[in-house]
Amino acid sequence: MKDIAIMVGKRFGLGLVTIVVISVLIFMGVEALPGDVATAILGQSATPETVAAFRKELKLDLPAHVRYFTWLKGFFKGDMGNSLANGRPVAGLIGWRFANTIFLASTAAAIAVPLAIILGIIAALYRESWFDKTISIGTLSAISFPEFFIAYILIALFAVKYQFFPSLAELNNQMPFWKKIYTILLPSLTLTFIVTAHMMRQTRAAIINILASPFIEMAQLKGLKKLRVIVLHAFPNALSPVINVVALNLAYLVVGVVIVEVVFVYPGLGQLLVDSVSKRDIPVVQASGLIFAIVYVMLNLLADVLSIISNPRLRNPR
Amino acid sequence: MAFVKSLRKIPFTARIGFFIILLNVAVSLLAPVISPYGETAIVNDVWMPSSEKNWMGTDQLGRDVFTRMLYGARNTISIAFITTLLSFTTGITFGFIAATLGGWLDQLLSRIVDILMAFPTLIFALMVLSLVGTSVPVLIIVIALLDSTRVYRLSRAVAMDIEVMEFVEAARLRGERTWWLMRHEILPNAMPPLVAEFGLRFCFVFLFIASLSFLGLGIQPPTADWGGMVRENAGAITFGILTPLWPAAAIAFLTVGVNLVVDWILHIASGLKD
Repeated sequence: MKDIAIMVGKRFGLGLVTIVVISVLIFMGVEALPGDVATAILGQSATPETVAAFRKELKLDLPAHVRYFTWLKGFFKGDMGNSLANGRPVAGLIGWRFANTIFLASTAAAIAVPLAIILGIIAALYRESWFDKTISIGTLSAISFPEFFIAYILIALFAVKYQFFPSLAELNNQMPFWKKIYTILLPSLTLTFIVTAHMMRQTRAAIINILASPFIEMAQLKGLKKLRVIVLHAFPNALSPVINVVALNLAYLVVGVVIVEVVFVYPGLGQLLVDSVSKRDIPVVQASGLIFAIVYVMLNLLADVLSIISNPRLRNPR
Repeated sequence: MAFVKSLRKIPFTARIGFFIILLNVAVSLLAPVISPYGETAIVNDVWMPSSEKNWMGTDQLGRDVFTRMLYGARNTISIAFITTLLSFTTGITFGFIAATLGGWLDQLLSRIVDILMAFPTLIFALMVLSLVGTSVPVLIIVIALLDSTRVYRLSRAVAMDIEVMEFVEAARLRGERTWWLMRHEILPNAMPPLVAEFGLRFCFVFLFIASLSFLGLGIQPPTADWGGMVRENAGAITFGILTPLWPAAAIAFLTVGVNLVVDWILHIASGLKD
């Protein structure tokens, strides 16, 4: 037990260090700009007064490390400064959009995770069958297709030809829950399609790996029933890699939403990030980039920790 | 003769893959010759359906979609190819250096790569582009840097395995330099997995550039590129006009082709016999 605690502790430490380094990098990005940020953003024609006012707005007159800690403290207190584009507080812009992104990603995950695990297990059990082959063709295409291709095919089919669903996912807070689900069904199906392919492929590989190990052969040679071998012998050992696969793909999902959000004009954090990048609205880009990075690192961390905890060999050391 | 014999053994799927890749390369090279109009010439009304004059119809400004597709192949594929080459040279060089020299240098490089890989690629690229603005050289350097981390990991791992073999030891005792060892002993033996990885990385880079262009942050108009064409014509789809699906399908088509070949190379590299 002690070993596990140490391992988990180490991973947490590493995750924390990663987040700190990322936050420094995000912050330093502005510093590393050639020339002055203010002139770079405002353009060469800006008057010295505007530049000075702008520098004050960005607090560029203070030394770098002071600004970094003020920025980081503000970030965790929910005060992320003001948007350069419209002067509104960044926290207000990000708040409900982040909730929307999480809503979209978790709806997709709720469909994709069970689907991928079940299909992956079936494909592994009936290897080289027509089912397995169909699945591998499906995964190959899902990996090769850009997200927007899948999204526009779905729109062309289900929103334009047969008008089942809206082509734009216009969400607002007054909608009842099921109406919200209905609105975001096409974007979440797009995400499901992409994530399921990856998850299924890795689940299949993990299970096949386990089925090839000597203890499974032993169980089969003892004459145990196939179902018993799978449920009691293979599954507990496959759990660790499968959980790992799921958590890693959730991390991928949170970042993968960016393009899907843009296609469906969904009011999420990814859409905000892309808009702010083209407007060069640095405070918004920094804050939303850091949020994405933190969620991503946390989910990767979760994948690591869960796979340590769920590994029978680590849990029961000799 | 042996070469012809090995060509015959290529499975059907890999042949399709090769055909798709060759087709795309040919189209990219010959774009100015075979395209009926100029890259940015306005030839007809907006969003016309396909006709004798415009095989794939026209786009949101009345330009010929077929012409734009051909030029798009040229621009998108060449930029993705250059990026992958750069990513590979960087990744392999540092990976081999880390594996052969080891010590603090290996530690330093590997930790830097760990941090870069902990950061979601798309978000990183978006942040850099927001700071330095969008241009093709920036695009190539940023994506190559991000992508070289994966190449680094693989080439370091492969080189680690080769580095401990007797022939490397023999060459080292002969007094060969590290650079010579890397080029003449490690690189040839690391080729099969690296070639397969090149295909995979190309797919990733190609899709990544297409995605950035789709977001309006990649290759800038009026240069024709497939991702940007999807973005420009996206509005048409709500009227039932399928113009944006052409370039999107072309991206998928090439990626499938490369993946088919990669699968075959991976199969050979894994040493499995049929």
